[in-house]
Amino acid sequence: MLIVVLLLLLCSLAAGLVSLAAPARAGAAITVVSGLASFGLVLAVAGTAAHRDIAYLPYLRIDALSVIFMLATGFLYAALAVYSVGYVTEETGHEDPADAHRYARRFYAGLNLFCWAMLAAPMMNSLALLWIAIEITTVVSALLVALEGTDGSAEAAWKYVLIASAGLGLALLATIFAYVAGAQVLGGRYDLALPPLLHAGAALPHTPVRLAFMLAVLGYGTKMGLFPVHTWLPDAHSEAPAPVSALLSASLLADSFYAILRYYQVTAAATGSGFPREVLLAFGVASLLLAALQVLQQPNLKRLLAYSSIEHMGILAIGVSFGAPAALAGVMLHVLAHAAAKGNAFMGAGVFTVKFGSTQLSAHRGALGLLPWSGPLFLAAVLALSAMPPFGIFRSEFQIVAGGLGSGRYAATAVLIILVTVAFSGLTASASRTLLQPPQALRPARPAAAGTDAGSAAADGTIPPGPAASEEGSPATDGPGGRAVVAVLDRPAAAAGRVLTRGEPSAWMVVPAVAGMIALLVLGLHPPAELTGLMARAAAQLGGVA
Amino acid sequence: MGPVHVAGAYRGVVDILAALTLVVEFGMLRQALARDQIRLYAAQSALISVLAIVIGAGRGLTGLFALAGLSAALKVVAIPLVMRRLLRGPGRGGSGPAEAPGVAGSLSLSLASTVLWSLGLAAFGAFTFTAMNIHSPVAPAAALAIAAAMVLVSFALMIVRRDAVSQAIGYFSLDNAISLASLVVAAGLPLILETLFLFDLLVAVVVFGLLMRARHARGQSLSTAGLTKLRG
Repeated sequence: MLIVVLLLLLCSLAAGLVSLAAPARAGAAITVVSGLASFGLVLAVAGTAAHRDIAYLPYLRIDALSVIFMLATGFLYAALAVYSVGYVTEETGHEDPADAHRYARRFYAGLNLFCWAMLAAPMMNSLALLWIAIEITTVVSALLVALEGTDGSAEAAWKYVLIASAGLGLALLATIFAYVAGAQVLGGRYDLALPPLLHAGAALPHTPVRLAFMLAVLGYGTKMGLFPVHTWLPDAHSEAPAPVSALLSASLLADSFYAILRYYQVTAAATGSGFPREVLLAFGVASLLLAALQVLQQPNLKRLLAYSSIEHMGILAIGVSFGAPAALAGVMLHVLAHAAAKGNAFMGAGVFTVKFGSTQLSAHRGALGLLPWSGPLFLAAVLALSAMPPFGIFRSEFQIVAGGLGSGRYAATAVLIILVTVAFSGLTASASRTLLQPPQALRPARPAAAGTDAGSAAADGTIPPGPAASEEGSPATDGPGGRAVVAVLDRPAAAAGRVLTRGEPSAWMVVPAVAGMIALLVLGLHPPAELTGLMARAAAQLGGVA
Repeated sequence: MGPVHVAGAYRGVVDILAALTLVVEFGMLRQALARDQIRLYAAQSALISVLAIVIGAGRGLTGLFALAGLSAALKVVAIPLVMRRLLRGPGRGGSGPAEAPGVAGSLSLSLASTVLWSLGLAAFGAFTFTAMNIHSPVAPAAALAIAAAMVLVSFALMIVRRDAVSQAIGYFSLDNAISLASLVVAAGLPLILETLFLFDLLVAVVVFGLLMRARHARGQSLSTAGLTKLRG
């Protein structure tokens, strides 16, 4: 097992470093191999961690709780590695091949290193190393957010790196106060390892432990997107390349949540779970409220999904605050299901961006007709995010609500249900309003300068004349679907006015979404027994039972 | 000198050094030139390194000497050097005014209000931490209160200044405040971890620098006042 763990730790790191120097195509191949291999290795580790904790050297320790978060990252790494092959080819928009090559090289290197840091974080045995891993995720992902090179991405990256770094500064203070608490019981040589701290339990001094927990919630909460320190999140998610947005949203936020959970464990062991649960409840409800209101009127698809992430992080915090085993198991399932659903949603958003050249929802009208796979898959992902059956999030939220009611937290559970319903209405209304409507009436189009859809050669250099061409059913061009629209793009300008025909930009961008949908259905309908056992074990560890 | 005097002198020196770092932090609030901001940061970092040596000598923690050396090399020499090079920006070459862009007008509040607010924050931080009564075996508790005050003032610096250099310097001085807190309450923290924290700071500096340089290269100013496109 040591070899598996070391391979897992080194695979993505090596892939990142090699991709930095390798040609773009080689980088893509290496990323795909590394992504799939890492997921396989995580599955191997999960099989063992379902029964016993894995600890090697003083620095590596993997228990059921770690594995849940590693599974989420591992799955997304594999899916997005495949997806990126299509995305980078279609989306770069660089006219100069050298620029496109440079973009691809940096993208693949960054993607691998980002995943490496996110996979490594839950494997760290020490709170200090955990902080370092999360800090590495910040620096790598900030560069990835800035990768597009637009004004918006520069602004988003600057806000992200500044706010997240300041937040992690607080998290470092939390680490130091955890040391202060530990050193008073375990001596000055204490190295911030987690098990001795949990073992010391009630012997730990309360004030430093509580202070550390508050600072950790604020600090790591900044990266997790908890209100009121969430402000970087919608900007970074909306400006980053789609695969990076997916990783940020579905994996990075969860990793930061993982760090908070470790402090939760320590605080619950030292002072009882009452204090940390109340803190998480307050932050969770505030985040959920903000997100539920924001998704009601959000014109930008990726920002909509970003606020949905804040909503789900709020749900996770509330779920832990209930403290009941059922709710904690629901939280574990929610981490996995949210990863799959949000990954799929951002993958869909990426396909829309490639197809329509815009992230504005208003530009995506008729997407269901124009994208025979990605359209329905995206709609299903949105329904999954809205906790509709039969997807995994329905099951997880059901468990959380059942846990809340079971533990007598009626008011909090009622608030949770109401806010989730508001968010559900906002999310489904915003997304389906545009997707299900017929293609948008056109503004007068300029002659096409560039850009046919990959997968179709419909653009023949002429543009259908004016609005009539866009009406549903007007076979203005001879695309495979017999229907075409002219999208008015906000980016890249040279492609404005291109003819869109029915078809997917790339099969590479569809296959991982299908895999994600299967995962969501499996999680919702019948999670494998091994996984259920793993989640129960993780919930027990979190609840201080195991 | 008896042991009581030695202990008193030790405590006095530590307190004075800690207080000086806070004074320097206030100095950053009002600096008009990026170059001077960076100098103040270097001075603050030097004070922290001296403090590490004092605590190391006073409490027999020899690991702190190595940490002081490493910290000085990084924060007093390397980071200020990197920052200044980055500020020159590609294509501008050489030194001169381009090397030290003014950041005078970047305060979003008046200077007087900024200082008053920051004083309030500093007092809040100091009193709160004093009330928490967290004692350290190696340094006086007042130093921890000063570190808490410094954390809050560094946040104020990041918030009220609307230019990239001050914001970055604000973050680096936040790191200094955390180093101070760490010296006071966690002087025994294993050296390897302290080193890793420092290394991590270096990586963060590079990223801050790259992002700043990217803006510079696009011919844009270092002001962040225009970064208001993304809302809602």
